[in-house]
Formats: sequence, structure tokens, C-alpha cells
Amino acid sequence: MRFTRFGSVAAVAIAASVLLSSCAANEGGTPTDDESASTLSGSLVGGGSSAVGAAQETWIAEFQTANPDVDIAYDPAGSGAGRETFLAGGSDFAGTDRAFDDEEVAAGGFASCAPDSPIVQLPLYISPIAVIFNLEGIDTLDLDAETIAGIFAGTITSWDDPAIADQNEGVELPATPITAVHRSDDSGTTENFTDYLAQAAPTTWTYEADGVWPIEAGEAAQGTSGVVDAVTNGTGTIGYADASRAGDLGTVSVLVGDEYLPFSPEAAAAIVDASPFVEGRAEGDLSIELDRTPDEAAYPVVLVAYLVGCETYEDSAQGELVKEYFTYMASPEGQEAAAEGAGSAPISDALFEKASAAIELIK
Amino acid sequence: MTTTATPPLRAKVRRADRVFSTSTVVAGILILVALAAVAVFLIAQSIPALLADPSELKGSPSSFWAYVGPLAFGTVWAAFLALLIAFPISIGIALFISHYAPRRVAQGLGYVIDLLAAVPSVVFGLWGIKVLAPMVTPFYGWLVDNFGWFPLFAGSVSGTGKTILTVAIVLAVMIIPIITALSREIFLQTPVLHEEAALALGATRLEMIQMAVLPFGRAGIVSAAMLGLGRALGETMVVAMVLSPAPVISFVLTGSANPSTIAGNIALNFPEAHGIEINALIATGLILFAITLVINSVARVIVNRRKAFSGAN
Repeated sequence: MRFTRFGSVAAVAIAASVLLSSCAANEGGTPTDDESASTLSGSLVGGGSSAVGAAQETWIAEFQTANPDVDIAYDPAGSGAGRETFLAGGSDFAGTDRAFDDEEVAAGGFASCAPDSPIVQLPLYISPIAVIFNLEGIDTLDLDAETIAGIFAGTITSWDDPAIADQNEGVELPATPITAVHRSDDSGTTENFTDYLAQAAPTTWTYEADGVWPIEAGEAAQGTSGVVDAVTNGTGTIGYADASRAGDLGTVSVLVGDEYLPFSPEAAAAIVDASPFVEGRAEGDLSIELDRTPDEAAYPVVLVAYLVGCETYEDSAQGELVKEYFTYMASPEGQEAAAEGAGSAPISDALFEKASAAIELIK
Repeated sequence: MTTTATPPLRAKVRRADRVFSTSTVVAGILILVALAAVAVFLIAQSIPALLADPSELKGSPSSFWAYVGPLAFGTVWAAFLALLIAFPISIGIALFISHYAPRRVAQGLGYVIDLLAAVPSVVFGLWGIKVLAPMVTPFYGWLVDNFGWFPLFAGSVSGTGKTILTVAIVLAVMIIPIITALSREIFLQTPVLHEEAALALGATRLEMIQMAVLPFGRAGIVSAAMLGLGRALGETMVVAMVLSPAPVISFVLTGSANPSTIAGNIALNFPEAHGIEINALIATGLILFAITLVINSVARVIVNRRKAFSGAN
């Protein structure tokens, strides 16, 4: 498997170089292959959020193909572990479901960085979370945050409840009882989903955002695949999962402003642009105060994961390597690769510009 | 008088004997060392969680014991239900193989049972979640509709079948081979003289089993059941995959909010845990260690008390 993959990559590379050189020969100019002749070498160690894991796999594979002498390892041990390892100096960069907060940034002591170097936090992984349901013959439903919160809190218990019916005129809703499915494991998806409920439906959902489901109501299933499975196999079920895994299940269009918005990569990326940056941070720290009740057409149920590095590394060669890797991840090609490989939403041009400026600071 | 003439009689110690007896002693000590190492690890890692401010733990319970209580209850409850289902079936299968089935059928059945014991738990988990849970959901609905007045089936029914009863059924399937295989061996060792004596006195086959086979095997049956219970107590994968857990203490068999088990809870929350949360999870592991220790000791007492009457000695 490995060998054939390397083999095909090598074959493509050889073919490409032959083509390029022959083109160059035809044109009679000097051959410029600064693309294939990467001078980068060294190794990077990263770790953290498992949500970013799939995207990291894609990024690492692509980046290492372009830079054969670079070796990058990413350990999807979980966001908390990733932040701790980075703080303790055990990794060069971290992936995390939430940015380091004011307190942690103020405390400093990032052992991976040069002394007193600020950290760079970039929201480079944006993934829409779909609210999925299984009702025969119904593909989409329009729901506002209060109704979604009511369903998941167990106060709305039947699909023909007026709260649902009023928003979906013309849809034949059955009198089936609702089974709301949540994650039984500690996860960033749950944390972002409960954060959405807490922000957008504060009267119905009076709990804080948490990676562990905070209440007893509803069914629990293990992992994204467990939730998708439970929703698919049950009847009258509803759950939340990474949008790339929604498959043929019905999905909810969420009320934003006065419009029902289905999830889409563009709408998910827009929420980051619609949200303000956390104030009082270093120049390279693009931590976002996610605003789940935006004024514009942006899909608010998203998971935003950050990639965290240092502005200054002890070893400048290491800094160079991190900079190149971050540049690749933020680039349109990198974002496109992640969208294909992991189903994330590519960041907007506006965010790309800000991220590029932040990455320029890394050394 | 010559006192030095007869040296005391002593068997000549052969090297092989010495090597063998030493190696058995080493093996015996090794298992104790391993047990002690695990216990030390669990206790050392648990202390921070036991001393920590409970608000730092996941879900901010009022104390560590409020956190571990439902888990400990769920562990024992699920294992007890599994044993309740598996025990009579296993004894039935074992008696069928040892005393009722024609020899060829018995042999084939024995192989199949042993095969069942070799299936990895993750496969049982997949079966539970993909096949069993959807299959039993309508049945649970019927139970709740008709027997909702009975406390075990109170409340609203689970829409996905991921309840503690489903878990107990899967666990039962997993421990049946263990209990069956051991009991079968024990039943086969019943002295033929006892059995023939019972039959000669005019006992039917049922009476013969009641008078000769079961009393003889009682200690062994208890041991077999305890081994099965041990596996059910510690089973992780099936619980993590199949159960729909909630931090509650509830006897309800068919609802959505089921008490999780210690092992299942560790499997679900360890991947994202860090800092004091890891200690808290290990502390729950210590509780599980203590629970299994207590249950096994009780079983040992029962076995020892019954041994005198078993005829095995």
C-alpha cells in the first residue's frame, strides 16, 4: 500500500519534471523549478484536537510531498492534551478546539517558544456542524435556536409540536416522539454545539458550553459515527454531527436573523468574519469571540479549531519550518485540500489575508 | 553403640526438581508483584483526584463520590443483569452437553461455544449497536406500553434501543461461553458411580442431576459464575459502544438515561481528558478494582464453604 502510493507519487513527480523541463526547453528559457527543489528540511511535532486530525493528515501528506526532507508528526491526543504539551514545550505547534484564553496567554511560559515570545493563534480549521434528523419523507426543516434547544433539552417531545409546525408550514409532520441523540464522549463538537445553544437560546438552554453533554435528557452515542448511526437507525431521531458526515439524513436550516440558513462551507466560513477578534491580544493572535447570533447570513453552528505556534522560536530554522507549514495550511490550496480530505469549510479571503499577516510574524 | 551408622532418610534432590519448584515460586510471586504494581499505580494516581476540589472535575459534581456513585452502580447493575440472563442459560447448555446430547452433537456444540468465547468484544459491540439495538426497540416499546406500571419499565422508552438491558444482553452473550465451558468440564467430572447409584435407586435423569451432578459441581459453578461476572464487570468496549449513558442512578431497563459503567466511562472520556480529569478517571478505576476484589472475595468464601459438601475431596 505504502510502496504503491510512494511509487505513484514518484511516477507523477518524474513525469511532471520531464514535462516541465521539456516545456522549458521548448520555450528556450532557463529552467525554473524552484517548486520542486524545496530546500526545507527538519522535523515538526504537533498535537492536539482530534477534530483537526483528519485535516492534519491531508496537510502533512501534501506538505511532505512538496518538501520531501520535512517530517511532520501530529498526535490527535485531544485539545486539552495538545495545549498542555505545547505549553510544556513538548511540541512545535498545537491544534485546539479553543484558543488559549486571556488568563493562559497572560500567564505565558510557553516553553516551546523563545522567552517572552507571544503566540500565534490562527482559526484555520472551520467545520460546520449539521443538525441531522431522521423523519421519513422530510429532507429539511426550518428551526430557530429556541426550538432546537427545546428539542435537545427535552421540553419539545413530539415532532408535531406547534413550535416546530409553525415554522414549517406545508410540511406533513408526524406525531412521532422525538429522540434527541448527543455524544456520549467528551468532544469539541458537543462543546461548540452547546455553545451555540447557550448563546442563541439563552432562555431555554441555561447551561454553559461544555465538551460533556451537561444534562440527562436525550440519548447518547459514542463518537460522530455513533451519533450518525443512532439517528439513521432510529425513528424520529435528531442529532448533531460534523456536516461532512450528514449523508442522506435530513438537515435543519437554522434561523439566522430573519432567514433560515442551511449549512454550507461559505456560510460557515462567514461566521468567523462576522465575529470580532478577542481584544488585547498580540498581533499574531487571531482568537475569535465567536458570535453565534450574527446579523448577516452566516451559519452559526460551527466548530472552529485553532492552530497555535510561536512568534519566535529558539531555533530560527524551526521557526522557518513552522512558518512554511502554517503558510501552506492557510493557503487556498491547503484549505481546499482540507475541505476535500476532512470536509471542512475553506476560510474566507479576508481571513486568509489576516492569517497571512500573522504568519509573517513567525520566525 | 554406633550413632552415626544410619543417616536420616532423605530423597536425593535432583536439579530438575529444584529448577521447577523455583520457577513455580517465581511465577507465584510475579502475579503478586503485578497486582501490587497495579494497585500502587491506581492509588498514587488517584490521590490528586480524591483531594482535588470537585468543581474541577468534569460536570462539576458535588464530590468525587457523587461522580463515581452512578458509575459504580451502573457497573454492578449491568453485570448483575448479564449474570442473571447468562447463568441459567449456561447451566442449561452445560447440562445438555454433558448429560443429554448425543456425543457427536455435544462435541460440535462444545466447539461452537468455545468459538463464541474467542470473538473479540468490539465485534459484539458492533453487533449490539447495529443489529440487536434496532431489533429490540419495538419490543421495548411494547414492554413500556403494557408494563409501564412496573418500576423497571417506567418512564418513556428509548428510541434507539441503546439501553442497559441491551448492554446486559450483549454482555450475557459474552459471558455464556465462559460459564458454559467451565460448568461443562465440572459436570463431566461427576463420579460415574454417584450417577449410576442415583439411577439404580430409581431416580429419573432430572433427579439424578439434582442429587448427584449439581451438588458435586456447586463450588465449581459458583467459580464459573464469578469468572463470568468478572468479565462483565470489566467489559469496556461493548458498554462504550452500545450504551446511552447519563450520570444517574436508575433501575429502569428501557429508558434513555442509563447509568454508565466505570470501564465504559473511562473509555469514552479518556481520549479528551487532561490534567486532574485523568486522575479522576484513574480513581474510578481504583473503585472498580476494589469492587472486583470484594466480589471475588465473597465468591471465594462461598466456594470454600460449599467445598466440604461437594464430594470433590
